[in-house]
Amino acid sequence: MRDGAAPPDLEKMIATLRHRGPDGLNHLYRTPCMLAHARLSIIDLETGTQPIANEDQTIWTVLNGEIFNFIELRAELEALGHRFRTRSDTEVIVHAYEEYGVRFVERLNGQFAIALWDIPRQRLVLARDRVGIRPLFYTRTRGLLLFASEIKAILAAAPEAAVMDERGIAQIFTFWGTVGQRTAFKNIQSLPPGHLLVVEEGGDRLERYWDWTFPAGAGRSDLSLDAAAEELRALLTDAVRLQLRSDVPVGAYLSGGLDSAGIAALTAQATTKRLRTFSITFDDPEFDESEYQRQMAAHLDVEQTSVRCSYRDIGDAFPELIWHTETPVLRTAPVPLMLLSRQVRDSGYKVVLTGEGADEVFGGYDLFKEGKIRRFWARQPRSRWRPLLFSRLYPYLAHSPAANRHFAQSFFGKRLEELENPFYAHLTRWATTRGIFRLLSPEFRAALEGSSAEEELAAELPASFDQWAPLARDQYVEVKTLLQGYLLSSQGDRVSMANSVEGRVPYLDHRVIERVNALSARYKLRGLREKVLLRKALEGLVPQGILGRVKQPYRAPDCRSFFEGGAPLPYVAELVSASNLRRTGYFDPGAVEHLVEKCRTGRALGAADNMAFVGMLSTLVLHQHFLGGPPAWH
Amino acid sequence: MKLHGELRQFILDNYLLTRDDSSLGDSDSLTGRGILDSTGALELVMHLEERYGIKVLDDELHPDNLDSVEKIAAFVERKRA
Repeated sequence: MRDGAAPPDLEKMIATLRHRGPDGLNHLYRTPCMLAHARLSIIDLETGTQPIANEDQTIWTVLNGEIFNFIELRAELEALGHRFRTRSDTEVIVHAYEEYGVRFVERLNGQFAIALWDIPRQRLVLARDRVGIRPLFYTRTRGLLLFASEIKAILAAAPEAAVMDERGIAQIFTFWGTVGQRTAFKNIQSLPPGHLLVVEEGGDRLERYWDWTFPAGAGRSDLSLDAAAEELRALLTDAVRLQLRSDVPVGAYLSGGLDSAGIAALTAQATTKRLRTFSITFDDPEFDESEYQRQMAAHLDVEQTSVRCSYRDIGDAFPELIWHTETPVLRTAPVPLMLLSRQVRDSGYKVVLTGEGADEVFGGYDLFKEGKIRRFWARQPRSRWRPLLFSRLYPYLAHSPAANRHFAQSFFGKRLEELENPFYAHLTRWATTRGIFRLLSPEFRAALEGSSAEEELAAELPASFDQWAPLARDQYVEVKTLLQGYLLSSQGDRVSMANSVEGRVPYLDHRVIERVNALSARYKLRGLREKVLLRKALEGLVPQGILGRVKQPYRAPDCRSFFEGGAPLPYVAELVSASNLRRTGYFDPGAVEHLVEKCRTGRALGAADNMAFVGMLSTLVLHQHFLGGPPAWH
Repeated sequence: MKLHGELRQFILDNYLLTRDDSSLGDSDSLTGRGILDSTGALELVMHLEERYGIKVLDDELHPDNLDSVEKIAAFVERKRA
């Protein structure tokens, strides 16, 4: 707060975050800084109340998340003379800051959003974990710097910041999420993962302290697969050991795939108590994986709970989802996860381990194979058999772009010669996602003139990017778009925290990432076999039937969830009505009418139409929740 | 030319989501412009079979037959003959 600025209504702000921390609200006011905290008590249930201070109460902090290595750090800091008053992981932050300065974050192993107020230096430090598991947003307005774990808390104190950012929306309509500091709101910034914001006399500085990085050239390949797998297994075992630190019971998600099976198996191995697991099943067999979930649950002898999801469940809960995501989404897949976390909470659990991140770290996506085949084909563009490899892709899609050989060639063959393009593997996917641009109103299009989502993303790439192996480049782009902008946020933190559940992601322990990133692509994608190293590391822990499964990404039914008996659900009909579309201004009523008709009659089969529908609807819901009035360009 | 008009209308309504006739030429490549992929081709075939009472064989599902309004019209004419 600057001198003379009117203080924000802190209680009103923190009240909006009650779902993130229903176990206690507290705040601190030391001019010119105010800190508030909604507590989800997991470690040190008795004395861990926040904000927490150092010995002489000159440094204060609030933490959302966990510092997993707090026991080791505490011992280190006590040996250096620091005195602790609580058993909480949060307290290590103030002492580590005293000892190491702002770079104390480099010592933390955790998932965190931290605000720290240093009274003698009049310095505010905001810090976010390396990969962006916990969110942190901020804005500047009326002489105030407002920050919070969710945008709605900022809007509670600064309703004037509720202005949609058309460039942010265009990024979401291309990559599924925003990149860098951008959000769906024009005046609200996200503190990027692996960054610090230091605010003090003499100016603010945004510092990057960590990033995903890869070696120049091919990477390390001197280890045998067995030796590398053994090393990885030890590292994953340790990551799970740290992430099981909790004073409340910890459960695990079981999707039926390899990644969550691996985490559940490592967890079961590390605990003496019978593990509780949670799964989603679908009425629609295209998406249902219950057979594999049963197989894994029986193998581990866990207590398994499932939530069954119908189309209607998804359609009904969608507006609530958007209240939590605070951004448009292009898929309904986060909805069942929100319903699942409700079940977790109702079962008396507030912490779960999940398998998120494995596809990015170990090279699991079909997109990586697509990039590999396109590069292989581009070397002999006239080859007739090289493009036949596309038939190996997307076997889980009922209507795959690879289904027909002739059309697959023209689909995947676009911009085949652009081998130097940093987004080579992603070009075809983004072109499909951008199918939603067909729906934009002329005014929205005009507001986007002169901007390019791809150029904005290119500006975020590190200097060494060009020297990395092709798979490493594809992984980095995937992390900066889908993982950070969607999987960890809309499909991660926001849907678990919606029900006061903390998700933990051992595959994204930075030690695992750093170790595996150093290895060459042959430990990840061998031929067209994905996650080779992870499979090897999990041998013996996970049954062969799951170990040998071809990747099936988690998905949920999209546009058909919003129609029943040939008609849109009532709230959907209202949102897509011509009058609402004209009032809100984002979309062209004629184009929307065509798409709605296509969805209503069950003729929208492909990804482009389904994403366009969900993206359009979520934008309208977002507008209704947070803006109400017409967008800025009206 | 009635057939051309109907087909163009179907593509405008279902893929381009517009009624603007000028946004598609009869000889425009549908795959080249990113309008038609494997799934889109299936949707198109479903429409052709229902609307024109023809049966499209698997090996006829090829851009040579379906890549533009002109090619689709010629294909439908051939099948109906």
